Parts: sequence; structure tokens; C-alpha cells
Amino acid sequence: MSAAGTTLLAIGTKKGLWLASSTDRETWTVSEPKFLMEEIPSVGIDTRGGRTRLFAGRMSWHFGPCIAHSDDLGETWAEPQEGSIRFGADDGAALERIWQIQPDAENRPGVVWAGCQPISVWKSTDSGETFELNRGLWDHPHRSEWGAGFGGAAAHTVLPSPADDTVHVAMSTGGVYRSDDGGSSWQPRNHGISAYFLPDPAPEFGQCVHKVARDAVDPDRLFAQNHHGVYTSHDRGDSWQSIADGLPADFGFVMLTHPHRSRTAWVIPLKADGERIPPDGHLMVHRTDDAGGTWQASDSGLPRAEYNAVLRDAACVDTAEVPGVYFGTRGGTVYASADEGRTFREVASHLPDVLSVRAAVVPA
Amino acid sequence: MSTLASVTVLIPTLLRPYIDGRSEISMSVPVDGDVSALLDGLGAGRPLLDQRIREETGALRRYVNIYIDGEDVRRLDGLGTPVPSGATVMIIQSVAGG
Repeated sequence: MSAAGTTLLAIGTKKGLWLASSTDRETWTVSEPKFLMEEIPSVGIDTRGGRTRLFAGRMSWHFGPCIAHSDDLGETWAEPQEGSIRFGADDGAALERIWQIQPDAENRPGVVWAGCQPISVWKSTDSGETFELNRGLWDHPHRSEWGAGFGGAAAHTVLPSPADDTVHVAMSTGGVYRSDDGGSSWQPRNHGISAYFLPDPAPEFGQCVHKVARDAVDPDRLFAQNHHGVYTSHDRGDSWQSIADGLPADFGFVMLTHPHRSRTAWVIPLKADGERIPPDGHLMVHRTDDAGGTWQASDSGLPRAEYNAVLRDAACVDTAEVPGVYFGTRGGTVYASADEGRTFREVASHLPDVLSVRAAVVPA
Repeated sequence: MSTLASVTVLIPTLLRPYIDGRSEISMSVPVDGDVSALLDGLGAGRPLLDQRIREETGALRRYVNIYIDGEDVRRLDGLGTPVPSGATVMIIQSVAGG
């Protein structure tokens, strides 16, 4: 069996969190909503250490953002009284939204990272009970020059390397930054990524990178979906090469990598910055198995006409031996593939805009 | 002469889970104290309640309104508005959302 146990799919939307579960990744049971009327821009599932902890980055338009966790598959949720993601009185900032909740590698079991708006990275060393602001990035001399994309100025991607103390962060707008010392210091790593919307289209930083994913086997290899442009790097982000040839468009938000195999990645293109719909209204998932040399398109099980976008964290893979691929649209439909993105089935429809999905195989 | 004044604070439904389910609470606040002092007292020992009313900077959240005897503090002196003895303070979410 390719996914022993139950697969849990957390679906964060503009108006609440839904949890879907399946024992075969074909038939899904979808829960009643949690945190109804709150935005859930980020979800996380931490299965390290034999425990399943769910995270939800919540955002109430009235009462602000917070992070909550659940150790009983979403039945009950806890929010620490103190020490959560909050700026200090001297920081002159207020948390606006939690964009990313990223458990670290297996060999750092208590470490959980968060990427937030305003642009900031936070680290927990106690499994997400408390978080500390990463001062290296917060105090970075470039910070005053980082900008805001339409969704706000955020660190939306945090990628700790399982191999060493390397951490990559991607922000909109600002681009990719890398730390070689576990987050103490950060350097821009955008050489080769275009910023066509700036007077200098090849700046050291300032790019609008939408999503970055790391190769599971070769941690030096990265893949990036940019604000126009699809790239790979074989040298930890020191240089980037375009891999957009063969795709119907180079715009989009999603970038996924295979959890076990090198050089396999998925994107879900949108036509253009000024036309944020699937090309020709035809929703397709594109996959490469050779690090972007060639692409294969799949629309099996997907609607022929779809005019909703798929946002950067509204797509994920699970960690099963034959991994599942999942994504949701701004039209509130969620799709799952149990065969690495070749064919899809509908998990849910008519939900609010899907902002975030994460899936994992959890103990039955 | 007492240095404390008694006020009544009305709690909106969505914030009651953070204050033991109560819809209102009577508080003693410093005479001539302001809304900030009142919120300090209300949030003491209830950090999750305080975080939902005020940002880390101390500012009142944009879509939270506070009325003192029916007057919106944003039309007065904001969080520096004095809270008179015997006042009824209403915390309420504003009209927002899509």
C-alpha cells in the first residue's frame, strides 16, 4: 500500500479550516469547519517523533493573527498564553499574518519555523509552543528596501536544509535570502532571477519570488516559481537558471518538489501577471522529472474550464512512498492525486478561497 | 477619598472565551485613568484577550471599537480618553469583512 495509515489533508481557507481524511486517498471525509470566519493562510502538520501536531496560522479581521496547535487531529486547539509570535514593544511592528509554518528536519525534532507579515522569520525550539524573532533577518540592512506584493510584505517560504545549517527564505518582495549559519546572518541569493518590474531587471535583491522548494535528495538544488519566471538552482541559490521552456506560461504561485526523488517538481501555471487565470481557462498541473529540462502536463480529473487561481501555499505533497499531490483553488475546490499528479479527484468544492493545504500520513 | 472608580465593561460574544465566558465585568480603575489604563487592567492575567483588542505596539486594533457611555473613543482622545467613574465601556467589533 502506498500510503499506510490515514492521510490527513488540512485545508486553510479565507473563512475557516477544514480537515479531510482518507485511508485510500481516493474517498475523503471532510470535517465541519474550524475557526469559521477566520482566514487560515498557513497550516502545518508535524509528524516527527511519533506525534502528530497540527498548526493553524489564524487571522481574524477584527481580532488579529495568532498561531494555534492541536495534538488530537483538530478536535481541540491550544494557543500559548505567552511567548507566541508577537513582536516586542521595542520592535515598532505588529504581526499581521502568519504565511508559513514549517517543521524542520527529522534531526531537529523540536524546531518549527514560521514566516510572517511584516517580513520576518520566527523559530521555535519547543515544537511550536513559543517562538523567537530571527534578529538576523529582522535587523538586515536591506529590510527598509523590501517591498510589498499585493498580498502584503511577507516572508512566505522558509526552507531549512536537512543536511546542514543552511536555511533559505523567500519573500515578496525581496527575493531569496540564504543563511549558512542557521539563521544568524543572511545574504541575498537571486543571481539569474529576473525582476522585470524594476528599473534594473537584475538587482541583487528585490525580486518577487512566489515560492521556492528544495530537492529532497540533493539539498543544494532548489526550484523557484517567480513573478514571471520558473527557475532552478544547483548550487544552493548562488545562481539560478530558467526552466520555463516547455510550460504554457511562466507565471504562477506554486512550486512543489517530490518528497523522495531528485529532480521532480510540479507547477500550476497561470497565464500572466495581468491575467491570473489558468492559460486559456484550462487548469493543468505540469511536472518535470529532469529538473526542468522537460515538462509533462496533466489535466486528468480536472475541470475543462477553470478561471480561478491557485495560490502559493494552496498546494502540497504528502510523504507517502508514492506521494500524493494536492491543491485548492480560489474558487474553493480542492483536488487530490494519489499517483504523483497524473490523475486528480475532487476532495471538496464550494469552500471559501483556498489559501493553504498540507497533507501527511498519520497513524490510524 | 477613593482613588479608584468603578466601571462596567461589556464584552463582545467572540471575546468571551478569553474571559471565562462573561458578557460583562465590573472593574475598579484609577480615578482620572484613561482607556489604556482600563485595558491594562482588563488584560492583566488575560494576555489572549488583550492581544485581540490591542496590537503589540499598544494601538487599538483597526476593527475593534471602544465606546464610553456611547461615545466612540476614536472620536475623542483615542486610548487617552478619560474613563469617568460609573462609565459603561463597550468593546465591539466594527463592521468589516467580506
